Amino acid sequence: MKRLFDRAGLGPLVALAATWALFAALAPATFMRASNLVTMARQTTVVAIAAVGMTLVIVSGGIDLSVGSAVAFTTVVVAATLRAGHGPLVAVVAGVGAATLSGLVCGAMVARLRMAPFIVTLGAMSILRGGAKGLASEQKIDCDPRGLDQLLAPSAGWPLVPPGVWMAVAVAVAGGLALRYTRFGRHLYAVGSSEATALVCGVDVARVKILVYALAGALAGLAGVLEFSTLTVGDPTDSIGLELEVIAAVVIGGASLSGGEGTVAGSIVGAMLMAVIRTGCTFVGVHNWVQEILTGAIIVVAVAVDRIRHRAR
Amino acid sequence: MGAPRVVLRDLRKSFGSTPALDGVALEAAAGEVHAVLGENGAGKSTLMKILAGVEAPDAGTVTLDGAPWTPRGSADARARGLAMVHQELALCPHLDVAANVALGIEPARLGWLRAREQARLVDAALGRAFGSRAVDPRALARDLSVADRQLVEVARALATADATGGALRVLVLDEPTSSLGASDVDRLFGLIRELAQGGTTVLYVSHFLEEVARIATRFTVLRDGRTVGSGDVAATEMSAIVRMMAGRDIASAFPRTPRTPGDVLLSARDLAGTRLPVEASFELRRGEVLGIGGLVGAGRTELLRVLFGLDRVRRGEIRVGAAVGPASPARRLAQGVGFASEDRKGEGLATSLSVADNLTLSRPGPSGFGLPSRSRRDAARWIEELGIKCSGPEQRVVELSGGNQQKVQLARLLHHDVDVLLLDEPTRGIDVGSKAQIAALVDRLAGKGKAVVLVSSWLPELLGMADRIAVMCRGKLGPARPAAEHDEASLLSEAVGL
Repeated sequence: MKRLFDRAGLGPLVALAATWALFAALAPATFMRASNLVTMARQTTVVAIAAVGMTLVIVSGGIDLSVGSAVAFTTVVVAATLRAGHGPLVAVVAGVGAATLSGLVCGAMVARLRMAPFIVTLGAMSILRGGAKGLASEQKIDCDPRGLDQLLAPSAGWPLVPPGVWMAVAVAVAGGLALRYTRFGRHLYAVGSSEATALVCGVDVARVKILVYALAGALAGLAGVLEFSTLTVGDPTDSIGLELEVIAAVVIGGASLSGGEGTVAGSIVGAMLMAVIRTGCTFVGVHNWVQEILTGAIIVVAVAVDRIRHRAR
Repeated sequence: MGAPRVVLRDLRKSFGSTPALDGVALEAAAGEVHAVLGENGAGKSTLMKILAGVEAPDAGTVTLDGAPWTPRGSADARARGLAMVHQELALCPHLDVAANVALGIEPARLGWLRAREQARLVDAALGRAFGSRAVDPRALARDLSVADRQLVEVARALATADATGGALRVLVLDEPTSSLGASDVDRLFGLIRELAQGGTTVLYVSHFLEEVARIATRFTVLRDGRTVGSGDVAATEMSAIVRMMAGRDIASAFPRTPRTPGDVLLSARDLAGTRLPVEASFELRRGEVLGIGGLVGAGRTELLRVLFGLDRVRRGEIRVGAAVGPASPARRLAQGVGFASEDRKGEGLATSLSVADNLTLSRPGPSGFGLPSRSRRDAARWIEELGIKCSGPEQRVVELSGGNQQKVQLARLLHHDVDVLLLDEPTRGIDVGSKAQIAALVDRLAGKGKAVVLVSSWLPELLGMADRIAVMCRGKLGPARPAAEHDEASLLSEAVGL
């Protein structure tokens, strides 16, 4: 068992398989149905895309608490742009652009003013939430989704899963490759592992940090577009607490909040694990409160296992 | 001797109101190994930051091969042929050896790493730095020994030379041998000579004068931010260099007041830890300094950690006064046993806290309440008594020089009023002046009836300070014999198990 956990990333995968098997055994008729699998994939999409960005940030030793607000802000921007009569492409660019800009500003403050990422993104979380409410006059913005609702619609005509899910797959693959095989990815690990070392080795630490928060912002924006696709309205009160779910997925996936450790694959497994628990519990008829306790327990256990693994070295 | 490669003229740099450099001049030719000497706080680290482009001087000039040297940062400095090996072991613990060697100079096309090219670069550099001793390029840096980490840093500097087309013009080494064994030192020196023959100027920053004599041809001594002397190593007496560094004679570096051993304060019988030590037995009496010699990695630090309760006792017995058996560090402190770690910054001190906070960390106040005014008063007393150079009790420890940090660590034990001091390499990496002060302090304490266990790799210190010396070899502690029966040769042969 210890050998098993020694292989980084295998632990969460085992947990995912076990939970999967458990629910498949408890509710064989409904849980394993193809339509349910697609539903789960759709529900994982938003968290998974945001988790890719969060992984990069956490590997670099930072944190981004503004994800939930950024998603809500994006749905509002997309809806407002559509209602103003612009096309869906303009709406997507506006939404993702706004979220990227927010990330860019956060990154600049973290890198240039040497502020703690926790504080900067805590501020951004509140500012974006308030901004979304102001922009939407504290109501939902109704609009014609002009095709954007098809991104996560089961009937969109794409093979196996809707286009939005394919987007998440593409983002995860790109993120995973970038983290592992690019200079930027290597530098993210270096900065998270030892910022002083990265600095003396000539890594442009400030640029790496600004870039990673901007990238995380952009991915939060993309997650927001997909969130809009399911909501089909701009909702300023949407996705409250999403950031914690995303951080949980990344941590379950083996990342260390002190930086230098973490993989995109692990984070995706973490996101899937949480989705399986959520849908599984619903199928089996477990109360919502039990579900929440279960999710919390899994986060704590995942990190505990990680600690034990480290101590064994 | 060739044309001057590095020329520093009247370099000045102040941080706030304190001048770090106050007129530094240095001239080193191409292909020269030039020692940069000075106590800690003499300005060596600031000088190196300026060379690396991390800091810009307030006044004065740096020229490299006749052209003004103004790199825009360490990346630019490396690209233009100046590499550094840092004493502070600048490795990323989570990255593997290969990634650490290539950090900042990763071969890449359009941002994508080129694995094969990197492997070629890294393997060549590792081969040269480690010699026949293999190291796995995929091992994580945090799993390496300190000596291996230091060699990885050397490999990084060599890789820089290769990546810049062999045009390594200046290599700066900061205490590169502080944790290396003899064979690694020999290979490193071979590398240095090879690089120097190839035309690289090596600036060698070190406290170890014997090494300087072996490797350097010329030297420059800094004191209080000024150049106070320079010359040929061969033509200069070592004692003259020490005088320049300290600005005073250190005639009696190891004072020894007559001591009378009292009753046994600390003893161990057949003591073994989880891995190290394997077997250790000794007795320590009041008013006595027991020296522990041996090689790095022999288990000396582990012995102290087991005694202090930081590591588990596997077998054997520890007796502190009347108390028998293992105990937690808190319990040991209550029994009057204190431990000063060799890893000052990592575990010896809370470096981001103030001098006063550190001094009173284990003993905040009589009732457990730490009143700031009280701890400031206590701290002021120790600052005065030990001559700790700082702006006051409120200054953060991280801003102090190594020697003064060490004094703070010792003062913490004294403030706790322990009877037994476990000192692990108390003078490593600190300046000559502080070394002498710490030696005098240990002597004073022993004279007052305290008992000291002194682990040191510096043989003159061991011979000069200890009453009795026991040597540790592969985890086994030999018998303690009077220091007078030992000399450097006997200590060394016992340490290598002859």
